[in-house]
Amino acid sequence: MSDSSAKSGMTIHLKIWRQARSAAQGRFVDYTVSGIQQEMSLLEMLDILNEDLVRKGEEAIEFDSDCREGICGTCGMVVSGVAHGKHAGTTTCEIRMRQYKDGDTITIEPFRAGPFPIIKDLVVGREAFDRIQRKGGFVSTNVGSAPDGNAILVSKLAADDAMDAATCIGCGACVAACPNASASLFVSAKISQLAWLPQGGPERGRRALAMIAQMDAEGFGDCSNHGECEAVCPKQISIQNIAKMRREYVKAAWTGADKSRSSGGD
Amino acid sequence: MSSFGSVAWSSVGKKVITGLTGFMLIGFVAVHLLGNLTLFIGPHAFNGYAHFLETAVHGWLIYAFEVGLIVIFAFHVVAAVTVAVADKMAARKQGYKYARNAGGRSRKTLASRSMIISGAVLAFFVIAHIFLFKFADHEQTAEGVKNLYKTVVGTFQNSVGFTAFTVVAMVLLGMHLRHGFWSAFQSLGWTNDRWLPILTRAALVISIVLAIGFILLPIWLYLNGDPNAMPGGH
Repeated sequence: MSDSSAKSGMTIHLKIWRQARSAAQGRFVDYTVSGIQQEMSLLEMLDILNEDLVRKGEEAIEFDSDCREGICGTCGMVVSGVAHGKHAGTTTCEIRMRQYKDGDTITIEPFRAGPFPIIKDLVVGREAFDRIQRKGGFVSTNVGSAPDGNAILVSKLAADDAMDAATCIGCGACVAACPNASASLFVSAKISQLAWLPQGGPERGRRALAMIAQMDAEGFGDCSNHGECEAVCPKQISIQNIAKMRREYVKAAWTGADKSRSSGGD
Repeated sequence: MSSFGSVAWSSVGKKVITGLTGFMLIGFVAVHLLGNLTLFIGPHAFNGYAHFLETAVHGWLIYAFEVGLIVIFAFHVVAAVTVAVADKMAARKQGYKYARNAGGRSRKTLASRSMIISGAVLAFFVIAHIFLFKFADHEQTAEGVKNLYKTVVGTFQNSVGFTAFTVVAMVLLGMHLRHGFWSAFQSLGWTNDRWLPILTRAALVISIVLAIGFILLPIWLYLNGDPNAMPGGH
């Protein structure tokens, strides 16, 4: 980088997917933004680009973001061919412009999967995940005063595995990165998180059957064990959860867990 | 809520079917290689081995295995093709314009991406070698046993094309097992973070061993085989 660009910032070329609405034909549009500082995030660069577009009377590029610190799961784009960008264990909002050089070209595409319809530009609908969650991604408990913390014993190993699965923020990068557009990593994280713990025990069979049936009904693809999901997952959730999910499913189908009366859910 | 059919043909059920049948086919391939190694010993050993298979349990053993293998193959192919072609195409109609491999913790390889191609070539090879070896006109040895040795060795000696195709198919077999072996454990849910790296390494070893065994056979027979070798006089 030259001295002048260090003062005035980098110039970055962008190829961004623009699509007016779900049914419209989308296309890549080229943009160039200048004055980008290394400390900025990728999303802040898009904010600057949007301000330029609005000043010129053009329509701003729609993209999702909320916390901008990698914990909420709202942001999600395919940055230069990889969901959440090439750095492992981070979300799109955690991408910093110091990873790029002056004059670089960045391609930004929405997450692509049939069950994730494009709403506009880079924004996709992920309600399919919500519908899967409503089928059993919870425990039914009586509310009241907090129970004694040591009333139900949980081994350290089970607690660790459950916590690792529970870090899923439901961003959908696993679906976006999967060559088959499978939601197996997301669904397995939700099923495993509860299956590792005694609190999830009473509903585990019904949960596995119902959530997987809903995953299939939403039109997600099947898993081919490529493991690409684990590589892009901002929380680095392991595909061991997918193995766990399959054990839960086979066990539930074998023992007829779906016939037991269910409480809660729909 | 769930019938047996809907469970077996769910996204997880299809993986279980593919994994279970995959294990059975790996077992068959390993035994098949061990049996074929009698080709290295000579015509007497190989013809004797073939004769044993065809006459065991009054000839019923081979029929039982053949029917079983056809059923296993059918389930493996239908489940795998549904997962890797039909459901995949339905789930993402508009693909990415720019897509790259994430690398890092991903297990996506050329082998994992080409399972459907390596599988299709292997299916074609299986059918071709059955027609060339099993349904060929066989001579009888002096002992009155089918001279399968002469058929097999003669086929390789007379056709550099089939020998080359066999080598290519067996390289693809190695690639298929490189992903398929550990993937079968994962599909059945028999893995965790401790075993995944061990199983992926075991898959590499097993795929190389089986592929080399099956590659050496056609090459050796093409270069050194004598279709008219007399039984007992190897």
